[in-house]
Amino acid sequence: MSDRSIIIATHDAGPSAAASTAPGAAKPPIRPRRRAWPTFNWRGLVAVVMFFLAWQLAVTFKAPGFHEIPGPITVVQTLVSDFLFTRSYWESWLISFKRVLLGFLFAQLLGVPLGLVLGSSRRFNRIVFPVFEMMRPIPPLAWVPLSILFWPTNEASIIFITFIGAFFIITINVYDGVRSIKQEHLWLAHSLGASQLTIFRRIVIPAVIPSIAVGMTLGIAVTWNVVIAAEMIASDSGLGRLTWEGYVSSTPPVVFVGMVSIGIAGALSTLLVDVIERRMMPWKRKR
Amino acid sequence: MGDTTGEFVGTGLYKSYAGAGADTPAAPVLADCSFHFEAGKLNVVMGTSGCGKSTLAYLLAGYQTPDRGTLLIDGEPVTGAGSDRLLVFQETALWPWMTVEENVLFGPVSRGQSRQSARPKANALLDRFGLADFKDKYPSQLSGGMMRRAELAQALVNNPKVMILDEPFRGLDVMTRELMQEYYLKLFEDTRLSTVFITAELEEALFLADRIYIMSDAPSRIVKIIDVDLPRPREISCTATRRYAELEQEALTALYEGRELEAL
Ligand SMILES: Nc1ncnc2c1ncn2[C@@H]1O[C@H](COP(=O)(O)OP(=O)(O)OP(=O)(O)O)[C@@H](O)[C@H]1O
Ligand SMILES: [Mg+2]
Repeated sequence: MSDRSIIIATHDAGPSAAASTAPGAAKPPIRPRRRAWPTFNWRGLVAVVMFFLAWQLAVTFKAPGFHEIPGPITVVQTLVSDFLFTRSYWESWLISFKRVLLGFLFAQLLGVPLGLVLGSSRRFNRIVFPVFEMMRPIPPLAWVPLSILFWPTNEASIIFITFIGAFFIITINVYDGVRSIKQEHLWLAHSLGASQLTIFRRIVIPAVIPSIAVGMTLGIAVTWNVVIAAEMIASDSGLGRLTWEGYVSSTPPVVFVGMVSIGIAGALSTLLVDVIERRMMPWKRKR
Repeated sequence: MGDTTGEFVGTGLYKSYAGAGADTPAAPVLADCSFHFEAGKLNVVMGTSGCGKSTLAYLLAGYQTPDRGTLLIDGEPVTGAGSDRLLVFQETALWPWMTVEENVLFGPVSRGQSRQSARPKANALLDRFGLADFKDKYPSQLSGGMMRRAELAQALVNNPKVMILDEPFRGLDVMTRELMQEYYLKLFEDTRLSTVFITAELEEALFLADRIYIMSDAPSRIVKIIDVDLPRPREISCTATRRYAELEQEALTALYEGRELEAL
């Protein structure tokens, strides 16, 4: 009796099972594959709530080190009342973004061609690479004093430091990309009668695009690091300055407003770079 | 077609790769390697892994130059790469950033033909290889067997005098492999396109070849030539014939000749 019921249960398993036994239906219908949405991560949400709760509790009960630290509620209040609807706050955003984008752009414009030539011309490599390798280990922030001395305006020096932050990373990635092009890819193009220019345009450049993308991802992150530090040291504007001023003027909530803003700005830039990268590599999108 | 061009004659070829350091001696890969790959024939080169089969293929294609010896194609010295002899690489060499059709069109377009005028032939080939529905896909969206067929189309669209295939079906599963062998056999028997087919598999060699050239271990040369006189067009059933078994025995003897058991 129990055996029988099991058999019935398996036969009634679902519409596809029924269809496969129906006369005339050769194959069970293939269900259109639906994109699997990740199920709601409630544990993650609980953890986030716990984080803010712990923070607030630490502040309320004056845990060691938390004497001058504002709680999350104060931070949000400050953000809404003193910043969100002021012109100067959004100007800080704009200024920092402008610096990041300009530094990043110049780093691409110079770094990509330099990496390409370093990777493809042996003679150029022998001359230039040692100088490049000599400068590369110098951290971008070590360039701050020199940059201020060299450039006529503060703005130019900050953009320059930002540029330095991304430039070496982008160049070295592109250089590496050129060197790891598959020999077969070049040989085949050569066999088929392609000119040097065609090989460069249709083989070398696309082969290097994934490396350019890696350079962009790393570069944009470094650029934000550098611009914030440079603004704290050498500028009177931008999100970095806003954060630092919170400290100098003894208004700790402002420090937090600055930190949160910088975090969001960095995340937005990364998102933007991701979108651009996906457009650059249509062959990686479709799998 | 039945072209009678695409004949390779190699005489006393030597090739070694530079050692790792300046002082380390160059390891010889080919030493006194001579052969005559006839036009209009399916010449199969057999050898164990690492004996220098790919190196030989690169010399034939003109990607590398021998240290010594002469290599002629149709009586002319091989001086560099050219679209008259195309190599299908051991690892896939389709450009991943181009669609299948773009990959196939690359040769004609690079040599100055317009895309429009090259397309009919490219599409006819893709059709023949069962890739018509995949021409707008990228190589990463193809199966291993499809990639190999796309590479054949990519080469054949250029009307090469001779095809060089370097273990083209290695890494495919057994079924796909057998299908691909029948595919190439059919193509060859239809066109008699001069072919140098490199493999390490005896069954593949016997099934396809007009003639098998067996290489020794490195430093290697051709040590034995076996004429495979199984009738064409061949079916898979020919592997069950008495003649096949005889040829197999002959090849096995040659392959194991001079190889000590402890060397394996
Ligand atoms: N570019 C290179 N530099 C140095 N040594 C090489 C190079 N290419 C191949 N060799 C060596 O030459 C020998 C022959 O290599 P080759 O690739 O021609 O062999 P193969 O018969 O094609 O082997 P496989 O069955 O693995 O494809 C090997 O010992 C290999 O290590
Ligand atoms: Mg090989």
